[in-house]
Amino acid sequence: MATDLVPEVVQPAANSSRPATGPRRRRRTHNLWRYRWLYLLLLPGLAYFLLFKYLPMYGLTIAFKDYVPFLGYSGSEWVGLKHFQELFTGPDFGRLMFNTLLLAVLTVVFVFPAPIVVALLLNELRVNVLKRSVQSLVYIPHFLSWTIVASLTYLLFSVDFGVIANWIHGLVGGQKTDYVAQADWFRPLIVLQLLWKQTGWGTIIYLAALAGVDSQLYEAARVDGAGRWRQFWHITLPAIRPTIVVMAILTSGHLMDSGFEQIWLMTTSLNRDVADVFDTFVYYIGITQGSFSYATAVGLFKGVIGVVLIFGSNFLAKRMGQRGLF
Amino acid sequence: MKQRVRYYDSVGSRVFDVLNVVLLSGLAIVTVLPLLYVLAGSFATESEISSRPFFLWPHKFVTDTYHYIFSTDTFVRALLTTVGVTAVGTVIQLLLTLTMAYPLAKKFLPGRALVLNLVIFTLVFSGGMIPTYLVVRDLGLLDSYWALMLPLAINPFYLIVVKSFFQELPEALEEAARIDGCNELNVFLRIVLPLSKPIIATFSLFYAVGIWNDYMSPLLYIDDSKKWTLQMIVRQLTAANADSANVLQQLETVTFPEQGLKFAVVVVATLPILFFYPFLQKHFAKGVLIGSVKE
Repeated sequence: MATDLVPEVVQPAANSSRPATGPRRRRRTHNLWRYRWLYLLLLPGLAYFLLFKYLPMYGLTIAFKDYVPFLGYSGSEWVGLKHFQELFTGPDFGRLMFNTLLLAVLTVVFVFPAPIVVALLLNELRVNVLKRSVQSLVYIPHFLSWTIVASLTYLLFSVDFGVIANWIHGLVGGQKTDYVAQADWFRPLIVLQLLWKQTGWGTIIYLAALAGVDSQLYEAARVDGAGRWRQFWHITLPAIRPTIVVMAILTSGHLMDSGFEQIWLMTTSLNRDVADVFDTFVYYIGITQGSFSYATAVGLFKGVIGVVLIFGSNFLAKRMGQRGLF
Repeated sequence: MKQRVRYYDSVGSRVFDVLNVVLLSGLAIVTVLPLLYVLAGSFATESEISSRPFFLWPHKFVTDTYHYIFSTDTFVRALLTTVGVTAVGTVIQLLLTLTMAYPLAKKFLPGRALVLNLVIFTLVFSGGMIPTYLVVRDLGLLDSYWALMLPLAINPFYLIVVKSFFQELPEALEEAARIDGCNELNVFLRIVLPLSKPIIATFSLFYAVGIWNDYMSPLLYIDDSKKWTLQMIVRQLTAANADSANVLQQLETVTFPEQGLKFAVVVVATLPILFFYPFLQKHFAKGVLIGSVKE
């Protein structure tokens, strides 16, 4: 171990704002040696990111090629925007866009506000034991897999022995409906699953914001004669507004991500028309049919929109005077 | 009860309180009812499942389904595979996350900003399903258990949270160790890691749950049904688009409790999560909240 340059004992690593002396390259190799252990620790993780995150980004080039596995990434022929043209003019694009956006709208309307409402109700709960029990129970579904959620849906709604299906049948009568397979019920079930799985978990971040409200504010308001509703309106609600904005930014950045596992598990031969979204389409085209280039182009299109959405909503939030994400 | 003057104890306010209790209790019950029903159903007879509309306690308590599934190769193999992949995968994930987060927490480290930006960029944009699949394929990992662990080895969110946690640690301790002649590796191993037990517990659970629940990776990378994980079995048996006939054929027996089987499989795939849930609950809120702290 040659510690000839600067022994670490004398010069603690944190103190690195030393004036630059000597040529740059020498300083670099010097730093590399000096922080060798840190770089060594960094290396496996960095390798992971390069291999499994950045190499696939290079792989995106096949969206502009006719990828033939035999020829590889660089050997395959460039075809420009052919696959994108195919996507935009093809029969599937309108349907995919409609399905993806409609699910996004349904999510924003029904799923996004749910944790806010539940968190606000929990916040008003004065019995602490009850509050904690409710929290413990509603968090559970978050930790269950989508396969379990899909199975529960099937066990509850299937036509032959689904409990809820039979129950509704008993109430309404008429012919039995196959909720799980039919196209009409696809979207309601997806929303229901999301509500069941994510509502409780979603409250955590809002409850944290609510817990941070200074109780003196409420006392002062009470002294001024504010009732419960006015306290809620003027203190509680403004307190979680920044959190709502941040969550809205995060959500809108992922509007095009329809949850591959969830959708895929709920897709049947009868509901393909309403169930197909970009994410699942990429799987069908790419993995099932082996059209790697076309599927990559579809995925890239979706990814680019995602980036635009994230930066767009972040910009919008800042314009509205809120703290953005970056 | 009357001594304290409550300025907001109007009639309306009390009615709201009662309604609120009812509403939230109802919500909690509705949330867990499906799980309780499936648990009850897994111990019920075939005829009870098909004849009784809803129950939380079977008339006749039977364990046929469990005897059956634990006697089949397919299921036991899937269970062992899932346990193994989850255990090994979690260790890999923790190792990579912790070792990478530590240097990233050192603000003086040249090149740190670049790497951090590389990490953050992956939160916004990714190569997507197909290019990642092709990388896994080109690495020869298709149909290998490694495909279930390596492509998800670091969750960038968790990495950033762990990094923030390391940054919060008192610098003085590390400083003292350095002055005593410890190199950075030893500082990390002997000072930082022992101080990080809570966060290690949190993220080992998070990662383990992630692998246990992962359905997309086996779907994408595993063709060989002998290497299926539990989630694949669950899906094959009970999902909306299930191909249960195919699997039941593989389970290769003549008589089996067909409906009860579905209930029992769901229970077995869920139970470990519910078992760890109390530990998860102790830690997860912390994890979520540290994550919300801005860089």
